[in-house]
Amino acid sequence: MSSHALGDHGHAAHAHDLHDHAAHGHQMSFIGKYIFSRDHKIIGLQFLFSTLLWFIVGGLLALGIRWQLAYPWSKLPILGDMLFSGEAGQMSPEFYTALFTMHATVMIFLVIIPILAGAFGNFLIPLMIGADDMAFPTLNMLSYWFMWPAFVCFGMTFLTAGHGAGSGWTSYPPLSVIESAAPASGMAQTWWLLGVTFVGVSSMLGSVNYMTTIIQMRAPGMTMFRMPMTIWGMFITAILQAFALPVLTAAGFMQLLDRVWDTGFFVAEGATANNAAAMSGGGQPLLWQHLFWFYSHPAVYIMILPAMGMVSDMIACFARKPLFGYKPMVYSISGIAGLGFIVWGHHMFVSGMNPVLGVTFMLATMMIALPSAIKVFNWLGTIWGGKIHFTTPMLFAVAFVSMFIIGGLSGIYMAATPVDIFIHDTYFIVAHFHYVLFSGTAMAVMGAIYFWFPKMFGRMMHDGWGKVHFLLTFIFLNGTFYPMHLLGMVGFPRRLADPYHYETFAHLLPMNQFMTWCAIGMVATQIIFAINFFYSMFYGPKAGRNPWHANGLEWCAPSPPGHGNFDFQPIVYRGPYEYGSPETDEDYYPQWHPPKQGESSGGEEPKPH
Amino acid sequence: MGKAKYWSIVYLMVPIFGVGLFVAAPALRMWLPADVSEHGHTIDHLFVFIMYLTGAVFVATECALVWYLWKYDSKSNPAPTKFTHGSHSLEVVWTILPAATLLFIAIYQINAWADQKLVRRAPVESVGPDGVRGTADDVPKAPIAEVTGRQFEWRIRYPGPDGVLHTRDDLLDVNDLHIPVDEELVLVIKSEDVLHSFFLPNFRVKQDVVPGMKQKVWFKAVKGSEGRSYDLVCAELCGWGHYKMKGRVTVDTQSDYRAWLEKLSFEQHKTSEPPPATAEEQ
Repeated sequence: MSSHALGDHGHAAHAHDLHDHAAHGHQMSFIGKYIFSRDHKIIGLQFLFSTLLWFIVGGLLALGIRWQLAYPWSKLPILGDMLFSGEAGQMSPEFYTALFTMHATVMIFLVIIPILAGAFGNFLIPLMIGADDMAFPTLNMLSYWFMWPAFVCFGMTFLTAGHGAGSGWTSYPPLSVIESAAPASGMAQTWWLLGVTFVGVSSMLGSVNYMTTIIQMRAPGMTMFRMPMTIWGMFITAILQAFALPVLTAAGFMQLLDRVWDTGFFVAEGATANNAAAMSGGGQPLLWQHLFWFYSHPAVYIMILPAMGMVSDMIACFARKPLFGYKPMVYSISGIAGLGFIVWGHHMFVSGMNPVLGVTFMLATMMIALPSAIKVFNWLGTIWGGKIHFTTPMLFAVAFVSMFIIGGLSGIYMAATPVDIFIHDTYFIVAHFHYVLFSGTAMAVMGAIYFWFPKMFGRMMHDGWGKVHFLLTFIFLNGTFYPMHLLGMVGFPRRLADPYHYETFAHLLPMNQFMTWCAIGMVATQIIFAINFFYSMFYGPKAGRNPWHANGLEWCAPSPPGHGNFDFQPIVYRGPYEYGSPETDEDYYPQWHPPKQGESSGGEEPKPH
Repeated sequence: MGKAKYWSIVYLMVPIFGVGLFVAAPALRMWLPADVSEHGHTIDHLFVFIMYLTGAVFVATECALVWYLWKYDSKSNPAPTKFTHGSHSLEVVWTILPAATLLFIAIYQINAWADQKLVRRAPVESVGPDGVRGTADDVPKAPIAEVTGRQFEWRIRYPGPDGVLHTRDDLLDVNDLHIPVDEELVLVIKSEDVLHSFFLPNFRVKQDVVPGMKQKVWFKAVKGSEGRSYDLVCAELCGWGHYKMKGRVTVDTQSDYRAWLEKLSFEQHKTSEPPPATAEEQ
């Protein structure tokens, strides 16, 4: 760990390190520079490439689910002959449970969380606060390399005999604990638990690093309230991770012990399934649900707050206007984080949990809609009166707002406990979280890739193909996910391999076929993105330092930044959103530009009207 | 009109199709399924109430978004940026209004929840000597059946002529629950192995069953539902056969219901051999 890692010596001291770092960078071997790198940018890109690869895996798993729901028990295209040669290529119900289990697992633990915190958090935090690297570079490297045991463990769930982990990503006991209850899972469930543990270690290492870096290593003048919303999102997320994750890790170990040594934390007395010998038990299945959601509900915010931050930055930049209500935005993400710790029980309204306790969780859940609403209003306020440039990142950022409205509002239905009785575990819920996580977060991530790509690789992505990618993705995602609301209204349950033998749901097959074809279109559209991404990496037009005329500190560094990031010590004079300021002739006023003679340094505080 | 304004139209499609699909939904038979329970209308009412409320907010915010995108398009908008960092009074307004609305929904729905889930509000045989319902001296209504979830079937146990569960005259069946019409009834639900969820879409009933717990659900099938049967769905992942854990609930008239129980009784107790299901139930 380098000398500045302690970060206790104020800001100006970084300047003299810069030269050393730059010199150091040229001497490193390929392995030191690109594989076991301690440079936050390389680590960020390692996370980015790994998570994008897993994004493909998760997407293909989703197509498997969609295929079965559209053409139940028909031959699975392409893979059917290989995997199910004995069954004429049709998938087994065990395989279907493994599909949705691993789709969610991959998307949540290997895509969304690491792409936000790992890829963008790593790449952007030091650049946006004006630091030369993370506070703990070695820890940072480890946070990436602890993902690899997780990759292996989750990979093993596909490869072990049987059909893979099949208890859902929520891994509810007793199904996940009593082996005879899910004979096809076998070792896969154990591998799954180990995988989650390693992901947790990685996240924890990252989170400690992000908190320390943001608190200790900001450039001179970068006060907390001059930080871009992206950094606020990452900061609050890191706090959430640090406090919620240990609970999941502990619970995961308990479940592992239950599986391996029959400790019975999560199974009732005399637990059995499939006529197997009874376990001694003595535990409570609901205990797991409490512990699991104590992490996994805050995790929902871990999966959205950084996205909200990045969207705020993109919208302000392309509306050429200061972010409306910066401080209310900061307070509302803090509010979401605080309330996020006391709403986990809304996943358990019909679980058998004390219904009076349910009322408490209902109240907190209703209230958590409030900060989300405030954020939406402020984004609208930012667009109002701006000069909007419809670039590809802006299109994705606006799509985030538009889609998040849907995902946010549909949450109110399930917060209302009596309504939840009906829609719980139906496709209404599936619609809700896909609107938040795919139509929301994934759109923000796509936008962020287009937005920060020039900083990452020094070249621009193709805007025209970016817009084609956006338009098709936007249409197909709504075609895939919006009808899920209607299915949910009928009561269409999730996680059923074949719901059509129920009288209530038999007529829903054509709609599911439509959704499946939209999903196929959506996945296929990403080929455009992949080609654009790799082509632009090598042949895109050179970007220069600040292609978007943005205000954040990252844009004063070279593109891509060298080791140590900045070739001069950035000093921050104002907040990150001084677009269209009357103090300059340009329509932006970067954080690092010294104020002109005789003028103030630009307002950072919202002035009360 | 600048070319970039086409993008505003793309976002305009969201409220148009968003509302349009919900308008078309009943014609597509994608609406809340027929409700044959007495309490279901309170849930449906709440659903529809929230739907109109969120629908209004949805249309308003999406349209504001589209309108601002259209109006402030840099290609066609000559006006300079409105240089503002926010408005304190607006923040106050759009904090208090949604807060009040959300609080209203929260309070408005509490009673419907309590009626469905608080055991204190379960149907009673009599309210006891103090004449007040919800007190300790209430005589709770005896359950008409016990439903046990098991991979991958619903085992049903009627108390038989003596009205007491787990006695020798119990009547057993699988996946085929019969209930009398127009009667407040109580079911005991439990699980024998893993989690399941007892979901009756047409009765607006859903409750997870948890091994180690015995829970009660109560509802009333309204007049007009007799002679029909409805789906009983498992709504909590319970293993590979989760999708086929299907039962049926048949609503009978009082006389049909009695005849059904007599038929079961004849089959299960007038035969020389004990029915196999009984043997397995210890």
